[in-house]
Amino acid sequence: MKNCEYQQIDPRALGTSNTRTSTTLPCGRKNSQRLRRKWEVFPGNNRFYCDGRVMMGRQCGVLPLTIGLIFITSGLFFTFDCPFLVDRLTVFIPVIGGVLFVFVIMTLLQTSFTDPGILPRALPDEAVDIERQIDNSGSASYRPPPRTKEILINDQVVKLKYCFTCKMFRPPRTSHCSMCDNCVERFDHHCPWVGNCVGKRNYRFFYAFIVSLSFLTSFIFGCVITHLTLRSQGVNGIIQAIQDSPASVAELVICFFSIWSILGLSGFHTYLVASNLTTNEDIKGSWSSKRGEESGNPYTYNNIFTNCCVVLCGPIPPSLIDRRGFLPPDDAPQTVTSDTELPPFMSKNDANMCTQGTKELLQSMALSTVIQSTCTPGTPKTAPVTQESLLRTVSITVSPPNRPPSTGCSGHQAQRPIDVSCSQKGNKRSAHHTHKPMLRVSSPPYSLSHSPLILSDGPDMGFIPLN
Amino acid sequence: MALKILQDLRQAAVTSKVFVQRDYTSGTICKFQTKFPAELESRMDKQQFEETIQTLNNLYAEAEKLGGRSYLEGCLACLTAYTIFLCMETHYEKVLKKIAKYIQEQNEKIYAPLGLLLTDPIERGLRVVEITIFEDRSIGSR
Repeated sequence: MKNCEYQQIDPRALGTSNTRTSTTLPCGRKNSQRLRRKWEVFPGNNRFYCDGRVMMGRQCGVLPLTIGLIFITSGLFFTFDCPFLVDRLTVFIPVIGGVLFVFVIMTLLQTSFTDPGILPRALPDEAVDIERQIDNSGSASYRPPPRTKEILINDQVVKLKYCFTCKMFRPPRTSHCSMCDNCVERFDHHCPWVGNCVGKRNYRFFYAFIVSLSFLTSFIFGCVITHLTLRSQGVNGIIQAIQDSPASVAELVICFFSIWSILGLSGFHTYLVASNLTTNEDIKGSWSSKRGEESGNPYTYNNIFTNCCVVLCGPIPPSLIDRRGFLPPDDAPQTVTSDTELPPFMSKNDANMCTQGTKELLQSMALSTVIQSTCTPGTPKTAPVTQESLLRTVSITVSPPNRPPSTGCSGHQAQRPIDVSCSQKGNKRSAHHTHKPMLRVSSPPYSLSHSPLILSDGPDMGFIPLN
Repeated sequence: MALKILQDLRQAAVTSKVFVQRDYTSGTICKFQTKFPAELESRMDKQQFEETIQTLNNLYAEAEKLGGRSYLEGCLACLTAYTIFLCMETHYEKVLKKIAKYIQEQNEKIYAPLGLLLTDPIERGLRVVEITIFEDRSIGSR
């Protein structure tokens, strides 16, 4: 099998490695260039803030509009309606309103800023291995791996699709978001209102957001109606009441138009939660009986209460992309990291001196053609990262020539019109999906296939997921 | 001289990797295939390998277990608007630490002496268990 897809030498990196061979960096001295974190080289279309602590989709969509509307409506409510209602009715009205408002904002921010369950892209070794497993015929011409693999889950046939961008077979219920250019686990949809995908890790926040928002809008709507009614009883009718409190009319209009869509969305998602479905599956009709085959959702527990508990109260897996982990330094000597970054057992195990020596030699060769003695300065933790970066040889071309049409990878959005406000924009955007280079390598590959050997000190070692 | 060292290295540092893929037959839970890879046949005992993978599977099942404790954690988190995660470690994270320790232990006791190295699946996005095979052919001492 030919790995003709997997060869690209980054001329920029080659240039830097050439200049580096002429300089010998002293051991132990940390390069003046600061260590970069992994979020800075993340291949997907995401934005990161607060040094990787906060992340969201590339296009923040209409998130500012969402936040603005909520703040404005609530602000008007507290300023203009609450005083009147506190006088006439009870002080609990602003209290309840305040609690709902805080809950809405917090869940909204959590939905927007949490990793939805992004799967890190497969490393070149893995990608090569998968292709080798699939294409065992050993034919000389390179064929792309078949796009689907069928497995049985709970006696139900499920097709796993191969993602050409992420170079892996997508786990069940995972879909590739064209806007964020990531595979997301338990992908629900990409919501422009929150500016992020909704997936396994933030679905409960999203659900809490829309439910609390429906309560908030209904509450404000009800309070405003009460306010205007009470006011119009006291004085000269409704017109005077409106003139006295024009802000209430603005709130009425906003709430009136939002309530339909928000309540509808909450109802729809309550149905999805109760049947343990995702928007994606429901829209595609993956498990509907209309297909004429015997199919049912293999993930449901056939009990509404259990489904709800599982979806909303189940354990949240941690983020699989290690945003704040450090990359191996760009042109700091690899020897800097050798001893501290060897797995602990290596230094302890005397019987494995050969292996240790091999690794150290590898690392020192990675720097230059001159062997340097190893040193042990302190560097940030990244135990197995170095060995990976050293043992990786290839990079992946930007756009494989045989890339399938976009539906292959990004076919998560509806192709038929739906009445769900969140997914509308996704349809238009999927056409603008662009590829990004996944990895860059900085030295010529020595050997490919399943024995990658690399001597590289490239600037970008690619995206390495670490805990 | 440098060229000879380079050649020696290339021999000494040949490694290959075996990837143990996920097993989705029970759904989306994290579980790895226990099928013994052919490349490891000459290196290690099949029983040992299966035991390692099975223990890993059990640990991941424990992390993702749905029960009273996880529901309680979920409800408590919801009531505090999920701010509790800022100060508390989730059950899943605790089990992941246990897994990391187990893998380190296995590497020290069993795999390193055989010239193998297990990589924690969390570093591969829980896609695969990566086993690196070191084939030392270095001549002489290091």
